[in-house]
Amino acid sequence: MFDDFFIRALIAGIGIAIVTGPLGCLVIWRRLSYFGDTLSHSALLGVTLAYAFSINISLSVFIISGTVALLLLSLQKRTKLAGDSLLGLLAHSTLAIGLVLIGFLSSIRFDLMGLLFGDILAVTVEDIFIIWFGGLIILGILFYIWKSIFAATVNYDLAAAEGMKPDLSNFIFTLLLAGVIAISIKMIGALLITGLLLIPAATARSLSSNPRQMVILSILVGIISVILGLFSSLELNTASGPSIIVAALVLFILSLISFKRSGALQK
Amino acid sequence: MDQNKLLVKLEKAGVYRSSKWLVRGISLEINQGQIVTLIGPNGSGKTTTAKMILNILNTDEGFVTGNANKMAYVPQKINIDWTMPLRVIDFMKITSSLNNTEITESLVMTGVDKLLYNQIHSLSGGEFQRVLIARAIAKKPDLLVLDEPVQGVDFNGEIALYNLIKDISVNLNCGILLISHDMHFVMSTTDHVICLNGHICCSGSPSNVVKNPEYIKLFGEHNSETLSYYQHQHDHSHDHDGSISK
Repeated sequence: MFDDFFIRALIAGIGIAIVTGPLGCLVIWRRLSYFGDTLSHSALLGVTLAYAFSINISLSVFIISGTVALLLLSLQKRTKLAGDSLLGLLAHSTLAIGLVLIGFLSSIRFDLMGLLFGDILAVTVEDIFIIWFGGLIILGILFYIWKSIFAATVNYDLAAAEGMKPDLSNFIFTLLLAGVIAISIKMIGALLITGLLLIPAATARSLSSNPRQMVILSILVGIISVILGLFSSLELNTASGPSIIVAALVLFILSLISFKRSGALQK
Repeated sequence: MDQNKLLVKLEKAGVYRSSKWLVRGISLEINQGQIVTLIGPNGSGKTTTAKMILNILNTDEGFVTGNANKMAYVPQKINIDWTMPLRVIDFMKITSSLNNTEITESLVMTGVDKLLYNQIHSLSGGEFQRVLIARAIAKKPDLLVLDEPVQGVDFNGEIALYNLIKDISVNLNCGILLISHDMHFVMSTTDHVICLNGHICCSGSPSNVVKNPEYIKLFGEHNSETLSYYQHQHDHSHDHDGSISK
Protein backbone atom coordinates (compact mmCIF):
# COMPACT_ATOMS: atom_id res chain seq x y z
CA MET A 1 0.00 0.00 0.00
CA PHE A 2 2.79 2.42 0.89
CA ASP A 3 5.55 3.22 -1.48
CA ASP A 4 8.94 2.30 -0.22
CA PHE A 5 10.05 5.91 0.25
CA PHE A 6 7.23 6.52 2.68
CA ILE A 7 8.28 3.67 4.95
CA ARG A 8 11.82 4.99 4.85
CA ALA A 9 10.63 8.46 5.80
CA LEU A 10 8.59 7.05 8.69
CA ILE A 11 11.50 5.05 10.08
CA ALA A 12 13.83 8.02 9.72
CA GLY A 13 11.33 10.46 11.24
CA ILE A 14 10.59 8.27 14.24
CA GLY A 15 14.33 7.89 14.84
CA ILE A 16 14.70 11.66 14.84
CA ALA A 17 11.76 12.17 17.19
CA ILE A 18 13.24 9.78 19.76
CA VAL A 19 16.41 11.88 19.89
CA THR A 20 14.77 15.31 19.75
CA GLY A 21 12.50 14.42 22.71
CA PRO A 22 15.06 14.53 25.54
CA LEU A 23 17.26 17.15 23.86
CA GLY A 24 14.22 19.34 23.25
CA CYS A 25 13.31 19.19 26.95
CA LEU A 26 16.80 20.39 27.85
CA VAL A 27 16.56 23.12 25.23
CA ILE A 28 13.40 24.58 26.72
CA TRP A 29 14.48 24.09 30.34
CA ARG A 30 17.71 25.93 29.59
CA ARG A 31 16.01 28.56 27.44
CA LEU A 32 18.18 27.68 24.49
CA SER A 33 15.59 27.82 21.71
CA TYR A 34 17.36 30.65 19.94
CA PHE A 35 20.64 28.86 20.41
CA GLY A 36 19.13 25.88 18.60
CA ASP A 37 17.94 28.17 15.84
CA THR A 38 21.43 29.55 15.36
CA LEU A 39 22.90 26.08 15.09
CA SER A 40 20.31 24.96 12.57
CA HIS A 41 20.68 28.09 10.46
CA SER A 42 24.39 27.49 10.33
CA ALA A 43 23.59 23.96 9.19
CA LEU A 44 22.73 25.33 5.76
CA LEU A 45 26.33 26.42 5.41
CA GLY A 46 27.32 22.89 6.33
CA VAL A 47 25.10 21.47 3.58
CA THR A 48 26.57 23.83 0.99
CA LEU A 49 30.09 22.85 1.94
CA ALA A 50 29.12 19.19 1.78
CA TYR A 51 28.06 19.68 -1.85
CA ALA A 52 31.11 21.78 -2.67
CA PHE A 53 33.58 19.20 -1.39
CA SER A 54 31.33 16.19 -1.95
CA ILE A 55 31.43 14.92 1.60
CA ASN A 56 28.63 13.46 3.68
CA ILE A 57 25.97 16.06 4.52
CA SER A 58 25.45 15.00 8.14
CA LEU A 59 29.18 14.98 8.81
CA SER A 60 29.66 18.41 7.27
CA VAL A 61 26.65 19.85 9.14
CA PHE A 62 27.90 18.41 12.40
CA ILE A 63 31.31 19.99 11.90
CA ILE A 64 29.92 23.42 11.01
CA SER A 65 27.17 23.48 13.66
CA GLY A 66 29.54 22.11 16.25
CA THR A 67 32.10 24.79 15.43
CA VAL A 68 29.48 27.53 15.61
CA ALA A 69 28.28 26.13 18.93
CA LEU A 70 31.73 26.13 20.45
CA LEU A 71 32.39 29.59 19.03
CA LEU A 72 29.22 30.78 20.74
CA LEU A 73 30.19 29.22 24.05
CA SER A 74 33.54 30.95 24.07
CA LEU A 75 32.19 34.28 22.76
CA GLN A 76 29.47 34.35 25.39
CA LYS A 77 32.10 34.23 28.09
CA ARG A 78 34.24 36.93 26.48
CA THR A 79 31.97 39.62 25.07
CA LYS A 80 29.58 41.98 26.73
CA LEU A 81 27.19 41.73 23.78
CA ALA A 82 23.89 40.32 24.99
CA GLY A 83 23.42 36.62 24.37
CA ASP A 84 20.52 37.00 21.97
CA SER A 85 22.28 39.61 19.84
CA LEU A 86 25.28 37.36 19.52
CA LEU A 87 23.04 34.46 18.53
CA GLY A 88 21.22 36.55 15.94
CA LEU A 89 24.49 37.77 14.52
CA LEU A 90 25.82 34.25 14.04
CA ALA A 91 22.50 32.75 12.91
CA HIS A 92 21.94 35.20 10.11
CA SER A 93 25.52 35.56 9.00
CA THR A 94 26.02 31.80 8.69
CA LEU A 95 22.68 31.47 6.90
CA ALA A 96 23.67 34.28 4.54
CA ILE A 97 27.12 32.81 3.87
CA GLY A 98 25.47 29.48 3.11
CA LEU A 99 23.04 31.08 0.65
CA VAL A 100 25.79 33.11 -1.02
CA LEU A 101 27.90 29.99 -1.47
CA ILE A 102 24.93 28.21 -3.04
CA GLY A 103 24.97 30.98 -5.64
CA PHE A 104 28.60 30.22 -6.43
CA LEU A 105 27.91 26.53 -6.80
CA SER A 106 25.51 27.06 -9.70
CA SER A 107 26.95 24.10 -11.57
CA ILE A 108 25.43 21.72 -9.01
CA ARG A 109 21.69 21.17 -9.05
CA PHE A 110 20.24 22.30 -5.75
CA ASP A 111 16.91 21.76 -4.16
CA LEU A 112 16.96 24.81 -1.91
CA MET A 113 13.43 24.27 -0.67
CA GLY A 114 14.41 20.76 0.33
CA LEU A 115 17.38 22.03 2.31
CA LEU A 116 15.37 24.67 4.11
CA PHE A 117 12.21 22.69 4.79
CA GLY A 118 13.15 19.03 4.48
CA ASP A 119 12.45 16.51 1.76
CA ILE A 120 10.54 13.32 2.30
CA LEU A 121 11.71 11.87 -1.02
CA ALA A 122 15.34 12.41 -0.24
CA VAL A 123 15.56 9.89 2.60
CA THR A 124 17.77 6.99 1.58
CA VAL A 125 18.65 3.77 3.36
CA GLU A 126 22.00 5.35 4.16
CA ASP A 127 20.20 8.27 5.82
CA ILE A 128 18.21 5.87 7.96
CA PHE A 129 21.43 4.25 9.05
CA ILE A 130 22.97 7.65 9.90
CA ILE A 131 19.87 8.72 11.82
CA TRP A 132 19.55 5.57 13.90
CA PHE A 133 23.23 4.97 14.43
CA GLY A 134 23.96 8.65 15.14
CA GLY A 135 20.82 8.89 17.23
CA LEU A 136 21.83 5.93 19.40
CA ILE A 137 25.25 7.47 20.00
CA ILE A 138 23.66 10.81 20.94
CA LEU A 139 21.19 9.12 23.30
CA GLY A 140 23.93 6.98 24.81
CA ILE A 141 26.11 9.97 25.60
CA LEU A 142 23.12 11.94 26.85
CA PHE A 143 22.15 9.09 29.15
CA TYR A 144 25.69 8.96 30.47
CA ILE A 145 25.88 12.70 31.28
CA TRP A 146 22.20 13.09 32.23
CA LYS A 147 22.70 13.50 35.97
CA SER A 148 25.33 16.17 35.47
CA ILE A 149 23.55 18.08 32.72
CA PHE A 150 20.28 17.94 34.62
CA ALA A 151 21.86 19.27 37.81
CA ALA A 152 23.51 22.06 35.81
CA THR A 153 20.13 22.87 34.26
CA VAL A 154 18.46 23.17 37.65
CA ASN A 155 21.24 25.35 39.05
CA TYR A 156 24.77 25.88 37.82
CA ASP A 157 26.22 26.84 41.21
CA LEU A 158 24.75 23.83 42.97
CA ALA A 159 26.06 21.52 40.28
CA ALA A 160 29.51 23.10 40.35
CA ALA A 161 29.75 23.09 44.15
CA GLU A 162 28.68 19.50 44.47
CA GLY A 163 31.08 18.04 41.95
CA MET A 164 28.81 17.59 38.93
CA LYS A 165 31.24 19.24 36.46
CA PRO A 166 28.65 21.48 34.75
CA ASP A 167 31.08 23.07 32.29
CA LEU A 168 32.02 19.72 30.84
CA SER A 169 28.43 18.57 30.49
CA ASN A 170 27.39 21.91 28.96
CA PHE A 171 30.10 21.47 26.39
CA ILE A 172 29.06 17.92 25.55
CA PHE A 173 25.38 18.89 25.44
CA THR A 174 26.16 21.60 22.89
CA LEU A 175 27.87 19.08 20.65
CA LEU A 176 24.93 16.69 21.01
CA LEU A 177 22.64 19.49 19.86
CA ALA A 178 24.83 19.97 16.79
CA GLY A 179 24.64 16.20 16.29
CA VAL A 180 20.85 16.05 16.32
CA ILE A 181 20.70 18.89 13.81
CA ALA A 182 23.18 17.04 11.61
CA ILE A 183 21.13 13.85 11.50
CA SER A 184 17.78 15.56 10.98
CA ILE A 185 18.56 18.32 8.48
CA LYS A 186 17.67 16.30 5.36
CA MET A 187 14.36 15.23 6.78
CA ILE A 188 13.16 18.36 8.59
CA GLY A 189 15.18 21.13 6.96
CA ALA A 190 17.45 23.84 8.34
CA LEU A 191 14.71 26.30 9.25
CA LEU A 192 12.43 23.94 11.13
CA ILE A 193 14.60 21.63 13.21
CA THR A 194 14.26 23.78 16.30
CA GLY A 195 10.50 23.41 15.95
CA LEU A 196 10.77 19.67 16.37
CA LEU A 197 12.98 20.20 19.41
CA LEU A 198 10.69 22.73 21.06
CA ILE A 199 7.08 22.00 20.25
CA PRO A 200 6.81 18.37 21.45
CA ALA A 201 8.69 19.30 24.63
CA ALA A 202 6.38 22.26 25.21
CA THR A 203 3.39 19.99 24.66
CA ALA A 204 4.78 17.48 27.12
CA ARG A 205 5.34 20.20 29.74
CA SER A 206 1.70 20.88 30.34
CA LEU A 207 0.99 17.17 30.75
CA SER A 208 3.84 16.22 33.08
CA SER A 209 4.61 16.58 36.75
CA ASN A 210 8.22 15.42 36.77
CA PRO A 211 11.21 15.60 34.43
CA ARG A 212 11.26 11.95 33.43
CA GLN A 213 7.60 12.06 32.47
CA MET A 214 8.22 15.14 30.37
CA VAL A 215 11.08 13.48 28.49
CA ILE A 216 9.05 10.34 27.75
CA LEU A 217 5.98 12.32 26.72
CA SER A 218 7.95 14.59 24.42
CA ILE A 219 9.37 11.54 22.65
CA LEU A 220 5.84 10.18 22.22
CA VAL A 221 4.45 13.52 21.05
CA GLY A 222 7.37 13.82 18.63
CA ILE A 223 6.68 10.36 17.18
CA ILE A 224 2.96 11.10 16.79
CA SER A 225 3.80 14.43 15.11
CA VAL A 226 6.12 12.69 12.67
CA ILE A 227 3.51 10.05 11.78
CA LEU A 228 0.66 12.54 11.40
CA GLY A 229 2.87 14.98 9.52
CA LEU A 230 4.18 12.42 7.06
CA PHE A 231 0.72 11.04 6.33
CA SER A 232 -0.64 14.49 5.63
CA SER A 233 2.46 15.27 3.59
CA LEU A 234 1.70 12.23 1.46
CA GLU A 235 -2.01 12.98 1.16
CA LEU A 236 -1.79 16.71 0.59
CA ASN A 237 1.51 16.73 -1.28
CA THR A 238 3.10 19.21 1.13
CA ALA A 239 6.73 19.47 2.26
CA SER A 240 7.54 16.95 5.00
CA GLY A 241 9.25 19.30 7.48
CA PRO A 242 6.46 21.89 7.71
CA SER A 243 3.79 19.17 7.79
CA ILE A 244 5.45 17.54 10.80
CA ILE A 245 5.78 20.88 12.59
CA VAL A 246 2.12 21.75 11.89
CA ALA A 247 1.10 18.38 13.30
CA ALA A 248 3.21 19.08 16.38
CA LEU A 249 1.56 22.48 16.73
CA VAL A 250 -1.92 20.94 16.58
CA LEU A 251 -0.96 18.56 19.38
CA PHE A 252 0.43 21.48 21.38
CA ILE A 253 -2.84 23.41 21.06
CA LEU A 254 -4.81 20.33 22.10
CA SER A 255 -2.57 19.95 25.16
CA LEU A 256 -3.19 23.57 26.11
CA ILE A 257 -6.93 23.04 25.98
CA SER A 258 -6.79 19.92 28.14
CA PHE A 259 -4.38 21.69 30.46
CA LYS A 260 -6.73 24.63 30.99
CA ARG A 261 -9.65 22.30 31.58
CA SER A 262 -7.83 20.44 34.30
CA GLY A 263 -7.36 23.79 36.00
CA ALA A 264 -3.66 23.28 36.36
CA LEU A 265 -2.59 26.48 34.67
CA GLN A 266 -0.88 28.08 37.61
CA LYS A 267 2.42 29.83 37.56
CA MET B 1 38.75 10.09 65.30
CA ASP B 2 40.53 13.26 64.42
CA GLN B 3 38.21 15.97 65.63
CA ASN B 4 39.96 18.80 63.91
CA LYS B 5 40.49 17.58 60.41
CA LEU B 6 41.07 20.55 58.15
CA LEU B 7 38.34 20.68 55.52
CA VAL B 8 39.22 23.75 53.53
CA LYS B 9 41.81 26.47 53.68
CA LEU B 10 42.04 29.76 51.81
CA GLU B 11 45.38 31.51 51.63
CA LYS B 12 45.35 35.14 50.54
CA ALA B 13 42.68 34.21 48.00
CA GLY B 14 41.06 36.80 45.77
CA VAL B 15 38.66 37.07 42.84
CA TYR B 16 39.08 39.76 40.19
CA ARG B 17 36.13 40.50 37.90
CA SER B 18 35.24 43.43 35.64
CA SER B 19 38.42 45.32 36.50
CA LYS B 20 38.04 45.22 40.26
CA TRP B 21 38.74 42.87 43.12
CA LEU B 22 35.51 41.40 44.49
CA VAL B 23 37.44 40.07 47.43
CA ARG B 24 41.13 39.98 48.09
CA GLY B 25 43.55 38.58 50.61
CA ILE B 26 41.09 36.18 52.18
CA SER B 27 42.69 33.64 54.48
CA LEU B 28 40.57 31.29 56.51
CA GLU B 29 40.24 27.72 57.65
CA ILE B 30 37.26 25.52 58.32
CA ASN B 31 37.71 22.39 60.39
CA GLN B 32 35.50 19.43 61.10
CA GLY B 33 32.78 20.17 63.64
CA GLN B 34 33.33 23.91 63.41
CA ILE B 35 30.82 26.62 62.54
CA VAL B 36 32.44 29.59 60.82
CA THR B 37 30.27 32.58 60.06
CA LEU B 38 30.80 35.29 57.49
CA ILE B 39 29.23 38.64 58.22
CA GLY B 40 29.52 41.88 56.34
CA PRO B 41 27.50 44.53 54.50
CA ASN B 42 25.91 43.98 51.07
CA GLY B 43 28.50 43.59 48.33
CA SER B 44 31.24 42.81 50.79
CA GLY B 45 32.06 39.54 49.04
CA LYS B 46 30.43 37.00 51.35
CA THR B 47 28.91 34.96 48.54
CA THR B 48 32.07 35.32 46.44
CA THR B 49 34.11 33.92 49.31
CA ALA B 50 31.69 31.01 49.67
CA LYS B 51 31.96 30.33 45.94
CA MET B 52 35.75 30.21 46.14
CA ILE B 53 35.50 27.63 48.89
CA LEU B 54 33.07 25.56 46.82
CA ASN B 55 35.23 25.76 43.67
CA ILE B 56 32.46 27.52 41.76
CA LEU B 57 34.73 30.49 41.17
CA ASN B 58 38.40 30.14 40.40
CA THR B 59 40.69 32.36 42.40
CA ASP B 60 42.76 34.93 40.53
CA GLU B 61 45.20 35.17 43.40
CA GLY B 62 46.09 32.97 46.32
CA PHE B 63 45.17 29.35 46.97
CA VAL B 64 42.26 27.19 47.94
CA THR B 65 43.21 23.84 49.37
CA GLY B 66 41.10 21.31 51.12
CA ASN B 67 40.21 17.74 51.65
CA ALA B 68 36.47 17.84 52.06
CA ASN B 69 35.06 14.80 50.28
CA LYS B 70 31.48 15.86 50.02
CA MET B 71 30.39 19.47 49.94
CA ALA B 72 26.82 20.66 50.01
CA TYR B 73 25.58 24.12 49.21
CA VAL B 74 22.50 26.13 50.05
CA PRO B 75 22.71 29.07 47.63
CA GLN B 76 21.29 32.45 48.47
CA LYS B 77 19.08 32.52 45.43
CA ILE B 78 17.90 29.87 43.07
CA ASN B 79 15.44 30.18 40.23
CA ILE B 80 14.02 27.08 38.69
CA ASP B 81 12.51 27.68 35.29
CA TRP B 82 8.78 27.05 35.17
CA THR B 83 9.20 24.97 32.03
CA MET B 84 10.75 22.25 34.18
CA PRO B 85 8.23 20.12 36.08
CA LEU B 86 10.03 19.31 39.30
CA ARG B 87 8.71 17.83 42.52
CA VAL B 88 10.46 18.17 45.84
CA ILE B 89 11.47 14.49 45.64
CA ASP B 90 13.12 15.06 42.24
CA PHE B 91 14.90 18.17 43.46
CA MET B 92 16.30 16.32 46.46
CA LYS B 93 18.09 13.89 44.17
CA ILE B 94 19.68 16.26 41.67
CA THR B 95 23.29 15.84 42.74
CA SER B 96 23.24 12.54 44.62
CA SER B 97 21.43 9.25 44.59
CA LEU B 98 19.44 9.24 47.79
CA ASN B 99 16.89 6.63 48.77
CA ASN B 100 13.42 7.61 49.93
CA THR B 101 14.23 7.05 53.61
CA GLU B 102 17.17 9.45 53.47
CA ILE B 103 15.04 12.01 51.67
CA THR B 104 12.12 11.77 54.08
CA GLU B 105 14.41 11.88 57.12
CA SER B 106 15.97 15.17 56.17
CA LEU B 107 12.66 16.69 55.09
CA VAL B 108 11.29 15.75 58.53
CA MET B 109 14.23 17.56 60.11
CA THR B 110 13.37 20.79 58.33
CA GLY B 111 9.64 20.26 58.83
CA VAL B 112 8.53 19.91 55.21
CA ASP B 113 8.10 16.17 54.80
CA LYS B 114 4.48 16.67 53.79
CA LEU B 115 5.63 18.44 50.65
CA LEU B 116 7.51 15.45 49.19
CA TYR B 117 5.37 15.21 46.05
CA ASN B 118 4.56 18.90 45.67
CA GLN B 119 5.80 20.88 42.71
CA ILE B 120 8.81 23.07 43.53
CA HIS B 121 7.03 25.98 41.85
CA SER B 122 4.10 25.76 44.21
CA LEU B 123 6.18 26.18 47.38
CA SER B 124 6.30 29.40 49.34
CA GLY B 125 9.64 31.12 49.85
CA GLY B 126 10.04 29.76 53.35
CA GLU B 127 9.04 26.23 52.35
CA PHE B 128 11.50 26.26 49.47
CA GLN B 129 14.24 27.43 51.81
CA ARG B 130 13.52 24.47 54.10
CA VAL B 131 13.68 22.12 51.10
CA LEU B 132 17.02 23.63 50.09
CA ILE B 133 18.45 22.98 53.54
CA ALA B 134 17.00 19.47 53.62
CA ARG B 135 18.55 18.69 50.26
CA ALA B 136 21.96 19.84 51.43
CA ILE B 137 21.94 17.86 54.69
CA ALA B 138 20.48 14.72 53.11
CA LYS B 139 23.81 14.24 51.35
CA LYS B 140 25.53 14.03 54.75
CA PRO B 141 28.27 16.39 53.63
CA ASP B 142 31.49 16.94 55.49
CA LEU B 143 31.43 20.60 54.53
CA LEU B 144 28.16 22.48 54.41
CA VAL B 145 27.96 26.02 53.04
CA LEU B 146 24.81 27.96 53.86
CA ASP B 147 24.25 31.35 52.25
CA GLU B 148 21.49 33.19 54.12
CA PRO B 149 19.70 29.90 54.77
CA VAL B 150 16.66 31.18 56.65
CA GLN B 151 15.56 34.04 54.42
CA GLY B 152 11.80 34.10 54.05
CA VAL B 153 11.31 31.68 56.93
CA ASP B 154 8.93 32.79 59.67
CA PHE B 155 10.24 33.80 63.08
CA ASN B 156 9.72 30.54 64.96
CA GLY B 157 10.94 28.54 62.00
CA GLU B 158 14.11 30.58 61.94
CA ILE B 159 15.00 29.61 65.49
CA ALA B 160 14.21 25.97 64.81
CA LEU B 161 16.35 25.95 61.67
CA TYR B 162 19.28 27.61 63.39
CA ASN B 163 19.06 25.03 66.14
CA LEU B 164 18.95 22.37 63.46
CA ILE B 165 22.10 23.77 61.84
CA LYS B 166 23.84 23.59 65.18
CA ASP B 167 22.66 20.00 65.66
CA ILE B 168 23.88 19.05 62.21
CA SER B 169 27.37 20.26 62.90
CA VAL B 170 27.43 18.03 65.98
CA ASN B 171 25.66 14.99 64.54
CA LEU B 172 27.39 14.86 61.19
CA ASN B 173 30.60 16.26 62.65
CA CYS B 174 30.85 18.40 59.53
CA GLY B 175 32.29 21.84 59.03
CA ILE B 176 29.79 24.62 58.39
CA LEU B 177 30.31 27.93 56.68
CA LEU B 178 27.38 30.19 57.34
CA ILE B 179 26.55 33.52 55.83
CA SER B 180 24.07 35.18 58.10
CA HIS B 181 22.65 38.48 59.18
CA ASP B 182 21.21 37.09 62.36
CA MET B 183 23.51 38.41 65.04
CA HIS B 184 21.75 36.53 67.81
CA PHE B 185 22.56 33.22 66.24
CA VAL B 186 25.98 34.25 65.05
CA MET B 187 27.02 35.40 68.45
CA SER B 188 25.58 32.52 70.44
CA THR B 189 26.44 29.51 68.31
CA THR B 190 29.33 30.27 66.04
CA ASP B 191 32.87 29.17 66.80
CA HIS B 192 34.56 31.69 64.60
CA VAL B 193 33.29 34.92 63.05
CA ILE B 194 34.82 36.58 60.03
CA CYS B 195 33.84 40.14 59.33
CA LEU B 196 34.17 40.85 55.64
CA ASN B 197 34.24 44.01 53.56
CA GLY B 198 36.11 43.12 50.38
CA HIS B 199 38.84 41.92 52.69
CA ILE B 200 38.83 40.46 56.18
CA CYS B 201 38.23 43.36 58.57
CA CYS B 202 38.46 41.32 61.69
CA SER B 203 37.94 37.77 62.81
CA GLY B 204 37.96 35.67 65.90
CA SER B 205 35.58 34.34 68.49
CA PRO B 206 32.23 36.15 68.57
CA SER B 207 32.94 37.82 71.90
CA ASN B 208 36.20 39.23 70.60
CA VAL B 209 34.83 40.36 67.26
CA VAL B 210 32.05 42.47 68.73
CA LYS B 211 34.58 44.48 70.68
CA ASN B 212 36.71 45.10 67.64
CA PRO B 213 36.58 48.73 66.45
CA GLU B 214 36.39 47.55 62.81
CA TYR B 215 33.25 45.59 63.62
CA ILE B 216 31.66 48.52 65.45
CA LYS B 217 32.47 50.78 62.50
CA LEU B 218 30.69 48.42 60.09
CA PHE B 219 27.72 47.38 62.15
CA GLY B 220 27.25 50.22 64.59
CA GLU B 221 27.31 50.40 68.37
CA HIS B 222 23.93 48.81 69.06
CA ASN B 223 24.79 45.51 67.43
CA SER B 224 27.66 44.93 69.75
CA GLU B 225 25.16 44.59 72.57
CA THR B 226 23.47 41.57 71.07
CA LEU B 227 25.92 39.19 72.59
CA SER B 228 23.38 38.00 75.12
CA TYR B 229 22.14 34.51 74.47
CA TYR B 230 18.87 34.49 72.65
CA GLN B 231 15.95 33.12 74.62
CA HIS B 232 12.51 32.68 73.20
CA GLN B 233 9.64 32.51 75.71
CA HIS B 234 6.88 30.30 74.44
CA ASP B 235 4.84 27.60 76.14
CA HIS B 236 4.21 25.68 72.92
CA SER B 237 5.68 25.41 69.49
CA HIS B 238 4.27 25.54 65.98
CA ASP B 239 4.83 23.32 63.02
CA HIS B 240 5.63 25.29 59.92
CA ASP B 241 2.04 25.02 58.72
CA GLY B 242 0.78 26.68 61.88
CA SER B 243 -0.52 23.70 63.80
CA ILE B 244 0.48 23.59 67.45
CA SER B 245 2.62 20.72 68.55
CA LYS B 246 2.88 19.78 72.26
